[in-house]
Amino acid sequence: MTPARLTRRQFAAGLTAGLGGIVVAFSLSGGARAQKHARLPGSLARTPKLDAWLRINADSTVTVFTGKVELGQGILTALAQIAAEELDVSIDRIVMISGDTARTPDEGFTSGSRSIEQSGMAVRYACAEARDLLIKLAGQRLNWSYDELTVQNGVIYAPGTKKVTYGELAAQADLRRKATAQVRPKPAGARKIAGKGVARRDIPGKVTGVATYVQDIRLPGMLHGRIVRPPRPHGILDTFDEAGVKALPGITTVVRDGSFLGVIAEREEQAVRAREFLLHNCRWIGGDQLPDPQQLADDMLSGPNTASVVSKEGSAALGATTVLEATYTKPYTAHASIGPSCALAQFKDGKLTVWTHSQGVFPLRRDLARALRLDEDAIRCIHGEGSGCYGHNGADDAALDAALLARVAAGRPVRVQWMRDDEFAWEPYGPAMAMKAKASLAGGKIVEWRYDVWSNTHSTRPGRGDGVDLLAGWYLAQPFEPAPAHPGGGDRNAMPLYVIPNQRITSHFVRKMPLRVSALRSLGAYANVFAVESFMDELALAAGADPVAFRLAHLKDKRARAVIEAVAKAAKWKKAKSDGRHGRGFAFARYKNAATYVAVVADIDVDRDTGRLRVLRCCAAADAGEIINPDGLTNQIEGGIVQATSWTLHEAVKYDAHGIVSRDWVGYPILTMPEVPTLKTVLIDHPEEPALGAGEAAQGPAAAAIANAFAHATGKRLRDLPLTPARVKAVLA
Amino acid sequence: MALTLKVNGKSHRVEADSDTPLLYVLRNDLALNGAKFGCGLAQCGACTVLIGGEAVRSCVTPAGSVGDADIVTLEGLGTLNNPHPLQRAFIEEQAAQCGYCIAGMMMSAKALLDRNPTPSEQEVREALSGNLCRCGTHPRIIRAVLRAGRMMGKAQ
Repeated sequence: MTPARLTRRQFAAGLTAGLGGIVVAFSLSGGARAQKHARLPGSLARTPKLDAWLRINADSTVTVFTGKVELGQGILTALAQIAAEELDVSIDRIVMISGDTARTPDEGFTSGSRSIEQSGMAVRYACAEARDLLIKLAGQRLNWSYDELTVQNGVIYAPGTKKVTYGELAAQADLRRKATAQVRPKPAGARKIAGKGVARRDIPGKVTGVATYVQDIRLPGMLHGRIVRPPRPHGILDTFDEAGVKALPGITTVVRDGSFLGVIAEREEQAVRAREFLLHNCRWIGGDQLPDPQQLADDMLSGPNTASVVSKEGSAALGATTVLEATYTKPYTAHASIGPSCALAQFKDGKLTVWTHSQGVFPLRRDLARALRLDEDAIRCIHGEGSGCYGHNGADDAALDAALLARVAAGRPVRVQWMRDDEFAWEPYGPAMAMKAKASLAGGKIVEWRYDVWSNTHSTRPGRGDGVDLLAGWYLAQPFEPAPAHPGGGDRNAMPLYVIPNQRITSHFVRKMPLRVSALRSLGAYANVFAVESFMDELALAAGADPVAFRLAHLKDKRARAVIEAVAKAAKWKKAKSDGRHGRGFAFARYKNAATYVAVVADIDVDRDTGRLRVLRCCAAADAGEIINPDGLTNQIEGGIVQATSWTLHEAVKYDAHGIVSRDWVGYPILTMPEVPTLKTVLIDHPEEPALGAGEAAQGPAAAAIANAFAHATGKRLRDLPLTPARVKAVLA
Repeated sequence: MALTLKVNGKSHRVEADSDTPLLYVLRNDLALNGAKFGCGLAQCGACTVLIGGEAVRSCVTPAGSVGDADIVTLEGLGTLNNPHPLQRAFIEEQAAQCGYCIAGMMMSAKALLDRNPTPSEQEVREALSGNLCRCGTHPRIIRAVLRAGRMMGKAQ
């Protein structure tokens, strides 16, 4: 039962049915080893019981439980690889259960590219320990010594003909014990499944129409809901044509709670029509007046902020040698998932079940409990896949929407899917940012560096504290407030990996948020790397140095150097003069200065008449430590480059004083198929090193490589994102 | 009112108003998951199906306007056990991340390959220009369509 094979019934049953797994208490003498005080690896530290992570089933399959969820990044395949590896079973015997408050460990959010590090290491150590336990049991059963037993695909063999299967030992294998992490996982050189290009388990179902997504769940008696939101944030619902909407076909209930307004209908198109009717037959008053978007950067730079020093070394005063200064900006950007957010909810016997594509079912449950004034124990959140989210989009909000409608649906399940304009107008955006860099050069090297970044918070996810971070909660008759915004994310990658003797890097947290913002893939790293690596290029030019050589001259980190050298070789980097139309740019960063290293070379072409900038080719090199799935890693790196190309060339949330203007794909265009660059990716594997997060590592370098290529092509620098035709024409005029 | 639709080779009678978008009939009445709701505006292509061999946006196509034309959805191509060459090619190229756009991509590709079995990469890009992907899987999607073309050519 891979995720791809989940049937509707299994979805409907909430996956509650047992799988024949047996966990029976059985005391083994000497089974418990002395506990070390060292912290357990990954998420074992928070959830140490082995049976929280896996169960050996009577049919020799193994059920693995993870709090991390599939977002299209292939995590469930990667975790199955790790489990299969440590247990010595074929991967098709691994059943993955993920993100269910009733069944899986609480691993917070699936975010920050930390799933391998957290869940992967928990699964690895738990499975290694389970295998050890099974071999010990086999030793007793077969009467052979531990060291002479071998395991092949879940069968433990003694020399000769004696054998016993995992399934036969399932009843005895008591995993209701704390992990010790004293059983060493396989050394890198012995791995046969983890580290190999295993096919994604979810893809066959996705290309044949198997029910895969929350959007595909159809429960018996299911109703369809839609939400009617105000024209601008914090609008107050005055009146609406209640009789008119109730007269429409199929409408079962109209839900109003303060300024929250929703409709429930028997059929989906009826709910859509009712929403459409209400959008034109409501009176809203008040609401936020949005500031002038033209003043966005100035507002941020001049408004109140809380400054904190990210890094300070040597002297902060800039010397009198060659001094460069530049300001860069990034607008608000949308997650812009292809599939609008969706959730199903059902109230039955005082209990609420929610099917959601939230990135964190446990934190979501905390906020749902507050918003609905229920005990957390009365709520079960079950993850199902959604359209790719790339961070905190409308997924969690849709869950509360569905719950608020289901509360009055007399036990029937309600499915809510946002419409396109709901998603574009109400998702929390990636924050706008401004970056100022100043540096001085002496003898071809950077001697002083000053860098300041201004940003809102990069996380307003639910479950943070005293408040409700779910959209509908703020509109109820007894409204909730969001939890206070805290600094975080804006300083991500503000500090370059380069060796610079004198530096001061300051992060300015701007509390005031004209637009709702939250986590978008890579948080502040995209804009900071864009700024830092653009500025490095400007400095290289001022120093008369080759951009690649200039970076290498400021780097000690061997793996960073290796990645840069690898991409330079793969892209055949050499000093070349531009013809004014074609250009080539380079950029590098190590995500969070602690995760994957990525270097990118971009080739672009500029049409001086139309101002159109095209990215023709990108070549990347990446070092993500131990590679669990090379093909999956390539997909993440290349997907990151394409998405960043879209952000960099096209994307900005548009608004005016009255609200969000970009509400569809015409107002918020993204990169289309003909515009996508051809890609080449080189992976550097370090099986002996920890596996590093890679899903957010390529975006910053890709953006800066494109901007640097434009500067190479034209001799002009674009410092404001996105690099639109209007800006290209303006800078070339 | 009752409508009769020919979907994936079979005739289906459904109780829905004739102006119901075909997408909702396919998904909710016929329990077909392939075509997805993306925008309802014919802008993203996630809902693409074939009607009379043409790639059509089912989110803006009234179910009552289809008449007796053949509708083909992703499910009409092949199954898990017996996949169509396009489906095999997408699996072999691992051409999906979240996969939400993929059914629409494949149906646009099917329409292309049916009229041009040996497209160039540029022709594939143009044929899929109205299908949006957000994960950045485009290069793999292009490779999968080209591979499917080769597989379908060999099969003939």
